[in-house]
This record gives sequence, structure tokens and C-alpha cells, in this order.
Amino acid sequence: MKSWKPLAAVTILSLSAISVAHAGTTLEAIKKNGFIKCGISDGLPGFSFADEKGNYSGIDVDVCRAIAAALFGDATKLKYTPLTAKERLTALQSGEIDVLSRNTTWTSSRDSAQGLNFAGVTYYDGQGFLVNKKLGVNSAKKLDGATVCVQAGTTTELNLSDYFRASKMKFTPITYDKSDESAKSLEAGRCDVLTSDQSQLYAQRIKLAKPDEYVVLPEVISKEPLGPVVRHGDDDWFDLVKWTLYVMVNAEELGVNSKNVEEMKKSTNPDVKRLLGVEGDKGKDFGLANDWMATVIKQVGNYGEIFDRNVGKGSPLKIERGLNALWNQGGLQYAPPVR
Amino acid sequence: MSEPALIPAKPPFWNNPQTRAIAFQIIALTATVVFGWYIFDNAQSNLRRLGIASGFGFLDSSSGFDIVQTLIPYSSSSSYGQVFWVALLNTLLVSALGIVLATLIGFLVGIARLSKNWLISRLALAYIETFRNIPLLLQIFFWYFAVLRAMPAPRQSLHLGEAIYLNIRGLYVPHPYLQAGFSWVLVALVLAVVLAWRIARWAHRRQQATGQQFPIFSVTLALLIGLPLLTFWLAGSPLVWEYPQLQGFNFRGGWVVIPEMASLLLALSIYTATFIAEIVRSGIQAVSHGQTEAAFSLGLNSGQTLRLVVLPQALRVIIPPLTNQYLNLTKNSSLAAAIGYPDLVSSFAGTVLNQTGQAIECIAITMAVYLTISLLISLLMNWYNRRALLVER
Amino acid sequence: MTQPHIPHPDLPPPANAVGAIGWLRRHLFSSPANIALTALALYLLYALLPPVLNWAFFDATWRGDSREACSGQGGACWIFIRTHFAQFMYGFYPEAQRWRVDMLVLLLIFGVAPLFIRTVPAKLKRRLGLGLLIAFPIFAFVLMRGGILGLAAVETSSWGGLLLTLVIAGVGMTGALPLGVLLALGRRSTMPTIQALCVTFIELWRGVPLITVLFMSSVMLPLFLPAGLNFDKLLRALIGVTLFQAAYMAEVVRGGLQAIPKGQLEAAAALGLGYWKSMGLIVLPQALKLVIPGIVNTFIALFKDTSLVLIIGLFDLMNIVHNATTNPAWLGFSTEGYVFAAAVYWLFCFGMSRYSRNLEKRLHTGHQR
Repeated sequence: MKSWKPLAAVTILSLSAISVAHAGTTLEAIKKNGFIKCGISDGLPGFSFADEKGNYSGIDVDVCRAIAAALFGDATKLKYTPLTAKERLTALQSGEIDVLSRNTTWTSSRDSAQGLNFAGVTYYDGQGFLVNKKLGVNSAKKLDGATVCVQAGTTTELNLSDYFRASKMKFTPITYDKSDESAKSLEAGRCDVLTSDQSQLYAQRIKLAKPDEYVVLPEVISKEPLGPVVRHGDDDWFDLVKWTLYVMVNAEELGVNSKNVEEMKKSTNPDVKRLLGVEGDKGKDFGLANDWMATVIKQVGNYGEIFDRNVGKGSPLKIERGLNALWNQGGLQYAPPVR
Repeated sequence: MSEPALIPAKPPFWNNPQTRAIAFQIIALTATVVFGWYIFDNAQSNLRRLGIASGFGFLDSSSGFDIVQTLIPYSSSSSYGQVFWVALLNTLLVSALGIVLATLIGFLVGIARLSKNWLISRLALAYIETFRNIPLLLQIFFWYFAVLRAMPAPRQSLHLGEAIYLNIRGLYVPHPYLQAGFSWVLVALVLAVVLAWRIARWAHRRQQATGQQFPIFSVTLALLIGLPLLTFWLAGSPLVWEYPQLQGFNFRGGWVVIPEMASLLLALSIYTATFIAEIVRSGIQAVSHGQTEAAFSLGLNSGQTLRLVVLPQALRVIIPPLTNQYLNLTKNSSLAAAIGYPDLVSSFAGTVLNQTGQAIECIAITMAVYLTISLLISLLMNWYNRRALLVER
Repeated sequence: MTQPHIPHPDLPPPANAVGAIGWLRRHLFSSPANIALTALALYLLYALLPPVLNWAFFDATWRGDSREACSGQGGACWIFIRTHFAQFMYGFYPEAQRWRVDMLVLLLIFGVAPLFIRTVPAKLKRRLGLGLLIAFPIFAFVLMRGGILGLAAVETSSWGGLLLTLVIAGVGMTGALPLGVLLALGRRSTMPTIQALCVTFIELWRGVPLITVLFMSSVMLPLFLPAGLNFDKLLRALIGVTLFQAAYMAEVVRGGLQAIPKGQLEAAAALGLGYWKSMGLIVLPQALKLVIPGIVNTFIALFKDTSLVLIIGLFDLMNIVHNATTNPAWLGFSTEGYVFAAAVYWLFCFGMSRYSRNLEKRLHTGHQR
């Protein structure tokens, strides 16, 4: 019997990959660890999706990569944690992840009572409906009495109730933890409609066996600004995440992309010079290398590149820029100047 | 010359078992208290640092989402507190139905396992060995994603007349609506129960005194069914059935058993029944064969032997582990979360937690509920055990 | 003269009471009710077996490597399992590194096999067992996790499939038994504080569903730890599973302890053995032997419960199969996936229960009345 006691201790110890970071700010802890713990979605093409080999890609993943490039000069210093919608906020609050980049909607209660900070908006979205063409429905106003699949614990679930109540229509909600299960249920006919942010609907649609049989209804019933989230009270970290986003938007506005970044360093435009760290000391302000913004653009790309490659023209999703075009092109993407 | 006293040297105080015991207990208690305080303090400072709201005030604010199955009035403007009750009732509903079904299947299979018929007992064994060794979650998935997903769409429903429909959205049956006069039927039912009880007591006393038997079963049954039925007819059939009807996308009206509940119920009862069957088998086997033989030699027939001799003794062995299985079933119903049945874990510890972000409160409430249920059942068990204790002379 | 009475030699029993016919008559057709039951059973078999066998074997598609090969046949499409087999076994463990897992499995088989061979000397067995219990887990963890000695690091988050299921089950079992024994001893202790603490612990864990425990360990534990201190997600799940099953184990072991007559303890005390020695050498060996079925049942329950880590997003066998069924390229093969997973779980659980029965018989030394 004696052998049991050391055994228990040893087994548990040997399996513990305990990473003890000293209590301090998130930024200090990350620097000490040498990587960023990034919370992403559990599989949504275009936003965060793992291929068969376990390589992640998508807008949300690229945001994390950009932050890593900014902080470490290396976009691969990341540890991804796929999270369900239910788990994500708790995981961030509890410190299991450093930043949550998982198509999360910016709302007042999340910003206040839940102790979070939204660093910006990477994708302006709105909630829509995906239905089978066979249903013969062309407007969300005709969905009275429908069975609706929705992901549990999301703002989508709340908007759905509001919308149907306001339109004096009845519906039956079917909630799942995973978006895959919702899509599967729509396909099987367990529900008539799948509701989610429109971007997700497009992503879900290409995962269906017969995408052409499904159509996204024109109504957008909510505002869903999606963006990366950090914990309250860590201003340095918050600033870094926020400005990584702004850098990518500014880069697109100034015409700097991952291919021409070295060339652009010779540009005479003072805005470009500041952005690429040729002039001024924008690195010191953040406690980073002076050319950190250039590194971000070089390793990950500007906002437009990221959008096109993951969800836009260069991707199977083929989503229009729409609201996500730059402010000077009729969209909402607007970043404060680097100055 | 006085010899040296043969009293052994007193052991040092730290070798005194009593002192050791006390010291050990103090250490253990202190460690526990310190640990608890440490956890509490960490949680407090973490919550403060992160600016997360705490306390149970959130239970009064409105939830804003809908739930697919509610046994009590609920809408998206109801409070989170109401969500809790809806979710708890859903848990209790599926557990209660599961317990009834599992007991039925379990007793049937357990008795079949002891059947003298070789085929029947082998079949029962195959059932037990198959379903006992497959994880419950897998069985739930199987029923939900593989079997019930194969049901037809609403328009192609399988149906029984114009009343019962089965499709991928669930099983639709007519819903009875009670009319004004129905309370009389209830009164009649209560009256019948009281009367039946009085008759049974009277018949029992008479048999004790005179040995004459009275057909209690048929008389009380007639009373229990006949009296309410008669009142029902006299009151002018105060009951209206609402039939499910295909309207737009779905069936409306009637009662619906949603597939989430059906698959959970199926998996829970089929899985738990394997354990109950084994309990029943060993319980019956624990009654010595001499008892049966003695009963036969007293002239009891096999039905009477089972009812009056074997079962009462077997139940003493069966009930404690059986309650344990009931408890397990109730706890296992929490796997509902995996297929979206709105039970306590799924709706309250899941959705509410997510909408409010108050993880500690939600999980604490959920755990407290399960603890309360299991403590209540334990208490009941102890009470039964004391009552059923073998009274030896 | 009276002739000695020579009894007539026994007549053979009637032909219909012995042999196959006799057996049939006794077991299947002894009474009208019995005949009815036999008919019912035969009908059930007739209704169930042919469709199942047809689906699983005769109409099934075995060859090919795309889902197109499966169209047209009414039966199962086992190609789905074959193309996903490596994933089901290893999860997302990098393909180039899978030799490590294979090596560990081989090592484990060669290490465990001698323990089951009766001719191997007991001393060797003991050493081997100790090595397996203490050295092997450390070695296995280092090899699988990598990151040193030039081995590429493989994060625990990419462990998956049957591999992860076995890791959780293995750690859970080796952790839950000793913990359970300690808790059971604590519950039987004469020290009121220790007893109360153990009772509280056991009842608390037994009173809640495992899924809430896992959820707590997955998302809430960090809130209870000082800021910055964090554990691996897998480790947290492991702790949750182990503590949970330890509480159940404690109740099983307590049953065994209660069955040991007080005389044993008194005899041990009379021999001058202290608490730990009398427990370790006298009481526990007997008590544990008595409750082998209970212990194995708890192990089986633990093995089945590993599937619950799906809820917290670990990719064990269950989750990886479930995930594969949502793969857009292979939609519509849920049944095949679940049947495969069920077969794997069933094999392990059934194997364990058979072995326990075997062990019980072998260790039965005739003390029971």
C-alpha cells in the first residue's frame, strides 16, 4: 500500500504543466511567458478555423497574430484556446486567456458589469436569418411560428426574442452550445431558421452539404460590432491591443500593405513615416521596438488584406466590405491618427 | 533492599496517542480553514480587480431570452429567477419521467434475467451488458443525432388519426382543457380514494376476525374508475381536447414532447435500467429459496408467493441501491446541456451565467440544488432503512 | 433357495429428457407460458438481428476512400471510420510525432503483460508494477509533452482521441484509488474532526453532477487562484475527474472496511502494530479484496465519464468522433461514428468487468462464509 502515496503525488506533479506567472499586470505576465494566450472560436470559417493539421486562420486569428507581432516581433508567439460562446467571457475574466478574439459583440453590460474592455471593432456586423429556399420565405417578417436555431448564451439569443416580441410573432427557440450543431440542425430540419450574425451565417452556409439551397434573408435586426476583448484594469495591455487594430486600419488608409511595407519606408508622407517608425519614437511610447507597427503590417497585413483574405473576395465566403469599408470609402472603419 | 520499581518510563507526551490525535485534528482543521479563507480571499480580490459584479441581485432583472419548454408561465421579460424555476422544473420533469421508465424497464429485465427460459434470460443479459458499458453521453448523442434526426419533416409527419403526429420537431398529442364543471370530477376522485381506503380497512379487519375474504381489488378498482367517470358524465363532459394542427411552419396546439427531451429520456432510462435490472436480480436472488418453498408448502400460489413473501424481503435489499440509481439518474440528467434540453445546467448554469457573467453565483446555486436533492433523498433513504430494518425476535 | 435379488439395471432416461432435446424442453418449452416467451424472444431476435447485421456487415461499404464510394449501398459506410481512424486515435497530435505515442503504448503492453502471466516471479512483478506506477507516468508525460532533449513540444491541447481518453482514465484511476482509500480511512477515523471533514468532502462531491465539477474546474478555478497563477486546462479536468471519482471510491472502500471484523484490528494492535501498519498490512489487503467488484465498477464508471470532458471542449474520443460527424465533407455518418465510439468504449468497459470477475475468483481464498 505504501507505494500509493508517492505515486499519487508524482502522477499529479508530472502531469502538471503549471505555468506560474508572478502576480502583476497582464502585459508583464505575457512578456514573462513569451506568448499570448488568445481565445478564439471553436470553428467558424473566415473568423477562426482549424484545418485538418490544426493550423488556425481567420480574421479573429489574424488579430491575435498582429498583437503577437507587435509585442514580440513574431506573429507565431501565441497559444490558441478554442472556446464555446458559453465559456468565452468566463475564460477571459478568470485569466485563462489574455485576449478574447472571438466574434464577440460589444455591449454596455459586457463593458461594465462583466469587467471587460472592448479594444475596438474588427467587423461591423448585424444579426440575420438563414433559411432553406424550399421554405419560400423572403422576409423575416414572415417567420411567425417558426422554429429557430440559435447559439446559447449570445446576444443573438436576446435580439431574437426582442425582434419577435416587437413584431408580435411567435417562435420556438432551439439552443445549442456549438454553432456546428445549430447548422447541422438546420440541415436536418429540426429548425426552420438559423439566426446569427450575418457574417457567421455566410460562414455556416459554406459548411452545409448543399449551400446553394439556403439563403440569407435581407433583414438585419441588430447592431453587432465585433472586436477583441481584454480584462478591465490593465491599461497598458488594453492600449496595445487597441492600437494594433488602429495600426492595421491606418495602414490600409495610407496604402501600406504587407508587400510594399519596406518600399514605403522611403515614402515622404510624414504619416507613413510615423506609422513605419522611420520618424518619431512611437515605439517608446508603448514600450516596444520603434518599428513595431511596420512589423505588424509586414507579418500580418493591413485591415483590407486581412478582410479580403479571410472573408472577402479572396475567400470562399465572398462577403462585401459594406460597413467595413474605410470611412473615406463609405464605411465605418476609422482609426485615430498615429501622432 | 528495595527493588527498582517496574513501572515503565512514561512515554514522552508527543508519543501519547491522545495528544497526537488532538494535534493532528487541530492541524487538519486549521489547514482547511486557511485553505477556505485563501480561496474566498482570492475570489474576492479577483472579482474586485476585474470589476465583475457579484451578489444575487441579478436574479430580479429580466432575462431577455426565450426557452423552448416551460412548465410555468415564462416569457423573455421574466426574471432570471423565473429562468431558474423553469430550468429546475425541466430537470425534475425529465428525472421523474426517467425514474418511472427506468424502473419499469429495469424490473422487467431484472426478472427476465432470472427467467427459466434460456433465450429470455440471455436476451436480458445481452441488453444489460450492451447498454451498461457504453457512456451515457454517447447514447444521448446516438438517440438525438442519429435516430431522432431521421424523423420526417412536419409536412410528412407520421400520424395516428388526426390526433397524434410524430416528426423531427417532436411528438404532438392532443392537449386536454378542463372546463368549469371539472372540479366535481376531482371531488369525486378524492371521495372514491377515501371510500376505497375505508373499504380496504374494513375488509382487512373482517378477514382478521372471521377469515372471510372480500374481493377488495375489483371493488376498489370499480369505485376508483366508476365514480369519477359517472360524475364526468353527469357534469356534461367538462373537458375539451385541443388537437395539434399544421399551421405555417409547425404544428400548433396540443402537447409536444420535444426531441431533446425524448432522446434524453430514452437514453437515461435505457442506461439506468441496466443497473436497476442487476439490482433487482441480486435482490431477488438474495431471498433464500427456502422462503419460496415454505410459501408453496403453506399453499400460496406463485403470484401470492412473489407478492407476499419474496418481494417484501427482496425490496429490503433492492431499495437502497435503487434510490442510489434514482439519484444518479437525476444527476445524469444534467447531460441535457449537450443537446440543448433546457435543464438546470443548460439554461441556468449555462445561458444565465453567460448573459450575466456571474459564474460563481450561478454555479453555486446549481450545485446547491443538486446537493439538496441528494441530501433529501439520503434522508428519505435513512428513514426507510430504519423502517425496513429486519425486526429479529 | 432364495435367489439373491438382482435389481434390474437402470433404464436410460427418456430420450426427450436428455441431450439437446431435453435441454430444449427444460429451458425453452417447459410450459405454455414458457413457449410463449420463447416465441416472443425468437420474434425479437428476428426483428432486430437481420437489419442490424445487414447494416453493419452485409450491406456495408468497406473499400474506397471517398464518400462517393458509399452511395447506393443501404448499409454502413465504414470508410468514414477508416479515413478518420488516425484522428480518432491520436486527436490533433502531430503526425510526425505519433511514433512517441506508439512507443509508449508498446512499452505499456510489454510492461503490463508480465503482470498477468502467473509464472513470472512475484518479486519481479512488484518491481515492474512500481515502475509502471511511478516511473512510467513521468516518462510518458515527458515524452508526450516534449519540449526538451530536442523533442518538439506538443501542447496538451493537441492531445486527443482515444489517447486523451486513456490519459484521463489512467490518471483518474491511479489517483482516485489511493485518495479514495485515504478518504475512507478518514471517514472511519475515531477523530471527530477528521471524520467530519472526510464526510463533508465525500458527500459534497457525490451530491453534484460531474459536469458541474468539470465546468467549475474549466472556467471558475482561475477565479479562486491568485492572479496570474494558472493551470493547464487538461490538468484541471484531471483534478476534477480524480477528486470526483475519489469520493465514490471512498464509499466503496468504506464498505470493505466495515466488513472486516474488529478482531483483526485488535489482533494487529496486540502484535504491537501502529495505525498505519495495521491498516496497511492487515485491514486494507482484506478490505480491498472484498470490494474488488466495487472498485472495478468505479473504474468503469470513470472510464465512461471521461466522455464528459466534451462539455468543456477537450477533444477526447467522444468529442473527436462527434466533431468528425459535423465535417461538411462527411455529413450524414453520425450513426457510423457513434457505433464505432460505442464499440471502443464497450470493449474497454466489458474487458474490465470480465477481468474483475476473473480476479475475484482467483483471490477468493475462502474466508467468506
